[in-house]
Amino acid sequence: MTDSDWKKEASRIADGIRRRVLEHTVRNDGGYVSQACSSAEILATLYARVMNLGVPDAPIAPRPYAGTPGPDNDVYRTGVDFNGGVRDDLDRFILSPTHYSLVLYAALIETGRMTPDGLDMFNRDGSSVEMIGAEHSPGMEVMTGSLGQGLAQAVGMALGRRLKGATGRVVVMMSDGEFQIGMTWESIQFASHYSLDNLIVVVDANGQQCDGVVESVMCIEPLDRRIDSFGGRVVVVNGHDVDEIATAASLQPDGRPLFVLARTDPCRGMDLLRSRAPKLHYLRFKCECEKRAWAGLLDAWPAEVE
Amino acid sequence: MMEMVSRAHARQLVEWARNHPGALVLSADLTGSCEADLFRDTFPERFISCGIAEQNMLSVAGGLCREGFVPLVHTFAVFICRRAFDQIAMSVAYPNQPVKMFGFLPGLTTPGGATHQAIDDIALMRSLPNMTVLEVGDATEVESVLDVAWDVPGPVYVRMLRGDVPRLFPVDEPMRLSIPRVPMLGSDVAVVTSGICTEEAMRATAVMAGRGVSITHVHISTLKPFEPAGLDELLATGAKGIVTMENHLIDGGLGSAVVQYCSDKGLSRPVVRLGIRDRYSHGASRPHLMREHGIDAMSLVNAISGLLGADLGIEAGDLAAVRVEPVHSIAKAEAL
Repeated sequence: MTDSDWKKEASRIADGIRRRVLEHTVRNDGGYVSQACSSAEILATLYARVMNLGVPDAPIAPRPYAGTPGPDNDVYRTGVDFNGGVRDDLDRFILSPTHYSLVLYAALIETGRMTPDGLDMFNRDGSSVEMIGAEHSPGMEVMTGSLGQGLAQAVGMALGRRLKGATGRVVVMMSDGEFQIGMTWESIQFASHYSLDNLIVVVDANGQQCDGVVESVMCIEPLDRRIDSFGGRVVVVNGHDVDEIATAASLQPDGRPLFVLARTDPCRGMDLLRSRAPKLHYLRFKCECEKRAWAGLLDAWPAEVE
Repeated sequence: MMEMVSRAHARQLVEWARNHPGALVLSADLTGSCEADLFRDTFPERFISCGIAEQNMLSVAGGLCREGFVPLVHTFAVFICRRAFDQIAMSVAYPNQPVKMFGFLPGLTTPGGATHQAIDDIALMRSLPNMTVLEVGDATEVESVLDVAWDVPGPVYVRMLRGDVPRLFPVDEPMRLSIPRVPMLGSDVAVVTSGICTEEAMRATAVMAGRGVSITHVHISTLKPFEPAGLDELLATGAKGIVTMENHLIDGGLGSAVVQYCSDKGLSRPVVRLGIRDRYSHGASRPHLMREHGIDAMSLVNAISGLLGADLGIEAGDLAAVRVEPVHSIAKAEAL
């Protein structure tokens, strides 16, 4: 893929993520919209350019819930096949904040990894397309919904790959709120101590969390200097610029775990959302009139860019 | 005197690891204290120092499993079970990953006080789906628990002993999953013990047997799943009742498991549970604490006397004079 081709493709994917999440939200009277607005370019760039993943032969239809892992469950499997399975020479992708699951599912559809009607199973009883995804959900392979554990498990994988001499990297997407968690800093310290430069963390720094603006809930700034002082390699980018994200995430390894701090706008592409500030975590319509306004936004959404 | 074995785990871990190349040791700044120092010095490339950061350590362990390794986590039991409980639940137990956790200083085995005394670890680990819970009671079990834990395909929590540990069971009778040991078989009272309480019970039962009390003594090393082979028949031998004794809270540990087991099996017997009674402890010597919390040989004598309604006239000096020798299990589990 040429330079301009992948950028065009990443932009198309990002646009598709926003449109699908919006469509889903209008249809279901609610959804994680701001996460799509802030992270659409991040996920699009990771899938279109940064990550070296296997590709399923054809878009996969999400499976019904098949029970939890355990000694008696022979049919259990994670959602890693949507990312092309696990191979030592391929990257692994870990989505840490699983309330971004809807965004990930949209990304999987846009990249031809999941069937478009898979989203119809979202949050349905008996479905694996869960609202807060588990490791059996499409595109997931570990339990990360308890925030902070995604990075640490990824660090364990990165160390394991180092010990085995496996060339594939571990790519993690995190949210900025997770940097309030003590364990996150334990993990950065650990990744730095063991020089895990096969670990790439892209942070959606949208300044938003459940209670409101991150700065008002618990300040984490200056985040770049904090990570740097813990031994991480930090690159701050405009999280809506696919070129900046890709360039930073593709730096030659230098012995340090890489953190791409993507500064993002939680309302990017949907100005209608701004009236909800500062509480943007989950959009639920307050009245019919509001639902009509959002439906209008969907109707006016530009046709897919070619 | 009874045979004491020093630093059995330190040596065994190194020998065992030679034949288990996928095993790594993870430690949180208590490497010597958890007898992983010989391993560290012998296999430095397989030793992962995690610093004082247990939450990260347990999730890292889960991640290492996803790349095919078997992490043997070594630290004090309190720091595994209390500090990293959510990490164990979601990064290890839910996905059924083969992390083997070795929790040292169980219950009152440390003078370190409430912060270091794991009096709740069995209750916590038993509550986790997919988790297997083991507890060692002597040097033979310390030496053989690695094999038992390894053979379990999922996560295992081991309540471990360190330092000078008595050999109560013969070397040729290693620990086996869900196989209880039966040092004594009788008909009046069934005594069920685990961990360090087993040695105490062996003192008490030896003296009581000499006074004509007929006792069945069962030693348990697999606390979850709690399906000890033949336990229903063994418990049924205690015509007057059952006494459990454990180095743990009486709720959520061995005593609770036995009561649940009796209920499930429809076995109706009075059960006296000896253990720590819904309170924290403090820093003091092991004999002092075991006496204070009623989990020593004399406490067992008193409990059994109570069940029998008889004063046997046994005193502390009688118990101290008992010579504890390694005993073969009387009832072979296969035959039960």
